[in-house]
This record gives sequence, structure tokens and C-alpha cells, in this order.
Amino acid sequence: MQTVKMVITGPFNAGKSQFIQSVSEIDVVATERKISSEAEKVKETTTVAMDFGRITVDNDLVLYLFGTPGQRRFDFMWEILSEGMLGFIVLVDSTRPETFREARSILETFRAYAPTPYVVAANKQDKKEAWDVDDIRIALRLDKKVKLLPCVGTDKETVKTVLLELLYSILAEMDAAAGG
Amino acid sequence: MALKGNLRDFSITQLLNLINVAQKTGALAVEGPTEKMWVFFREGKLAYAQTGEEDGSLAFILHKTNKLSAVQYRAIHERAGNMSDKELGLLLINANYVTQQDILTSLQTYFIGVVNRLFTWVEGIFRFENDALPPENKITVRVSLENIIIEGSRRVRELEQLNDEIPSLDMALKFTDRPGTNIRNVNLSVEEWRVVSYINPKNTIRQIATTCKMSEVEIRRVVYGLIQAGLVEVVRPLGAPPTGGLRAPLSQSEKDDRVSLVNRLIRRIRSI
Ligand SMILES: Nc1nc2c(ncn2[C@@H]2O[C@H](COP(=O)(O)OP(=O)(O)OP(=O)(O)O)[C@@H](O)[C@H]2O)c(=O)[nH]1
Ligand SMILES: [Mg+2]
Repeated sequence: MQTVKMVITGPFNAGKSQFIQSVSEIDVVATERKISSEAEKVKETTTVAMDFGRITVDNDLVLYLFGTPGQRRFDFMWEILSEGMLGFIVLVDSTRPETFREARSILETFRAYAPTPYVVAANKQDKKEAWDVDDIRIALRLDKKVKLLPCVGTDKETVKTVLLELLYSILAEMDAAAGG
Repeated sequence: MALKGNLRDFSITQLLNLINVAQKTGALAVEGPTEKMWVFFREGKLAYAQTGEEDGSLAFILHKTNKLSAVQYRAIHERAGNMSDKELGLLLINANYVTQQDILTSLQTYFIGVVNRLFTWVEGIFRFENDALPPENKITVRVSLENIIIEGSRRVRELEQLNDEIPSLDMALKFTDRPGTNIRNVNLSVEEWRVVSYINPKNTIRQIATTCKMSEVEIRRVVYGLIQAGLVEVVRPLGAPPTGGLRAPLSQSEKDDRVSLVNRLIRRIRSI
């Protein structure tokens, strides 16, 4: 049995747990805690160690989706989670520009861990305050080569598209490596 | 009991706040990974500071703060080497080289500079010795800590922002290929030009810093500006050893296996 993994990362409350839940065949094995700090009390619980979702491909292949904890004080988990990943997805909450800088920083940190492909998903595009994808691209200073995809964490189809786009990037990367 | 601890758990800002509020007298010794510093306080005010690296003599400080030329400094160092700071100060004032105010201002500037550098330390062991006094025959000052703390916190915030933007110095830089940008048309400082001249996907930011003799904060500040201006972007260094992922040298059959694996994943996810 072979297992491969992808990492879903992004700032606090970006929708990582929800994203994984939408496609995982098991209930996300989350390490949620009640939020104690008042400042971050926009919701009841947060992920503290990691989320963990599973997609069984066939009898001998399983894909694991790992969600990182959003609060920065758990970032010691990041490097461990990133080891051996196929690729990673950075989720940003399109309605909270105050988190874009942090998203950028998380992206840079993961990029430094491993030369794996990644995509960025502009989550919560269903909300009316959501920023346009094009504006988010500029705010995050993403190169035009980097895929930035609109996403609604609760909508399975958009989540699938994000995962697929990452897999296409991984394929393209392997092609390029084989060609050169 | 002496106050002891690690800057990770108790920051310089918190320490200075404690010393200020409790009006403490004593010496704070901080040992960082590469350097040591001593700062003395009297009744909650900054009195004296010294680094492990620099010759903290009055002549050196006056030279550093541009009150003595390099030639004057060397002459004093050679001829009046054993003179105490207080004696030297008196001599310089009597000889009309500097005024008493010059000396005090220079010392204040230098001591505050030492403390400001401490604010950028995140790693280090500290120890506060109650009632320890500055070395005999050193000239001391009295500077309130409030402004130092406010200015220092500002620096800490800047530092955090820089670390956020450029978390890893082991990445490289390349010029953006945005049409219409030309680095030649931008007004850069000498320091920035030096950095720019080394920008190349082969050089890590850390290597550039070492070559240009810049501290981590300094190089981050310059690189941050260049990134914000849209002139450069951070890239993985060329020729860096892969740290996992799919880049390890693979045989053809392993490559085919990988491709087939990804294709299986794609088919499965499409079917969800
Ligand atoms: N409207 C809308 N709400 C979303 C979307 N995705 C997630 N949410 C909601 O946003 C909130 C945060 O989602 P989580 O999945 O807990 O976010 P997280 O990134 O795992 O958060 P931490 O683990 O605390 O960092 C929850 O209330 C979700 O229901 C989306 O696309 N649209
Ligand atoms: Mg979560």
C-alpha cells in the first residue's frame, strides 16, 4: 500500500479544515480546540496540530490531505508536515485582506521547505465581500505563472478543481523535468 | 536572586519594562549566539552599555560618533592608552577638542545604539545582577527608558514584518520580467546597488549578505524594498539540493511510475 500526501495551508480561519472535509471520505480527524484567545475568537474552534483527510484511490494507493494549524504558534508542525509532500495548496480567505500578508509569508516558508509545485486558492468566493481573484493576485504578489483559483470550501466541485489543478501542475513539472 | 532567563521567553522589551517600572539598579548581561552585551542601569535609567566586540573606551565612542577623527583616535589610543575615561574626558575638554556636552551626547548615542541592537536579538541568555555598578572610572549617563522602549518596540515590529516577508535567507533572488521595469531608472542607495549587483538565482540572500557584510536585518530591509517596488522576486536557488518532493534523480521506470500515480490521483478526484 502506497500513501502520498498533499498539504493544505493558509492563515487562521482561511477554511482549511472545511476544504479537506468537503472531499475527504472520512470525517476529518481534526485536532480542534476551543479558542481561548479573545482576539481570534471569530469562531468556536481552531486546528491545533493538524487536520487529516483521506481519499482512497484504489487498493494500493491512498492520498492523505494534511491541513496545517492556522495559528502561528503551532508552526513548528509545518516542516514536519511538509516532508515528502507531492505539493501544497495555500488557502486565503478572500474576505480578509488583513490576512494576505500572512498568507504570503506562509507561502514563502513552504516554498523554502521543498521545491514541490503549489497552487493558491482564493477561498470564500461565495461571500459578497470577497476580493476579486485578480486583485488578490496583485496583493499576494503572485507571479502570473502561479495558479490562483477561485474556491468555495463548502462546494465540493471547486475544491476538486483546486486539487486537480495542483495535480496538473505536478504532471507538468514532471514532464518538464523529463524533457530537460 | 539574580534574574535569569532566555530572551525567547522574556523579551528585551519586557526586561526593560521591568527595570523601568521597578526602578532597578544593576547590570544586565545578555549572551547571544555570536556576541555578548552588558547594560547598566541606575534607578531604572540607562547608565552605561558595552558590547563584547567593541573597545568601549571614550576615545572609541567619540570616534564612532564622529567627534574624533580616525587619526585622532589612533593617536590617543597609542599615547594615552592607560588613561581612564574620566581623565581623558577632562583632557579633551581642557584642550578644547570637545565640550562636556559633546561627550555626554556621544555616550548617550552610543549606549542607546547598543540597547537598540539588543532589541533585534531573539535568541540569547540574560542575567540581571542587582546592584552591580558600571566599571569604576567610566563616565555614566542618565537616560529614561520610556523612549528607548517605544523606539525599540517599533524596531521589533519592523523586524517581525521583515521576517514575515522574507522568512528564509536561503532563497535566491531574480529580477522580475514585468515589462516596463528597468532597474537602471530607479534611484538606489550605494548599499542597495551593492545588493543588486549580486542578484542572481545562483546566490542565496544569505550569501549576498555575507559578501556585502550586512546583518540579517539589513539585508532583509534592502530586499524587502526591492520586492515591494516590484523589481525582484524570491526564487529557489539554482542548483540547490532537493529537499524531498519529486526532484530526486529518478530512473525512467520510476518516472513512469510517478506519472501513472499522479494520473490515478487525477482520475480518482474527478470521480468524487
Ligand atoms: N462562506 C464560506 N464560508 C467558509 C468557506 N470555507 C470555510 N468557511 C467557513 O469559515 C470558517 C473557518 O473554516 P475552517 O475550515 O475552520 O478554517 P481553518 O482554516 O481550518 O481554521 P484554523 O484551523 O482555525 O486555522 C468556518 O466557519 C467555515 O464554515 C467558504 O468557502 N465560504
Ligand atoms: Mg482548521
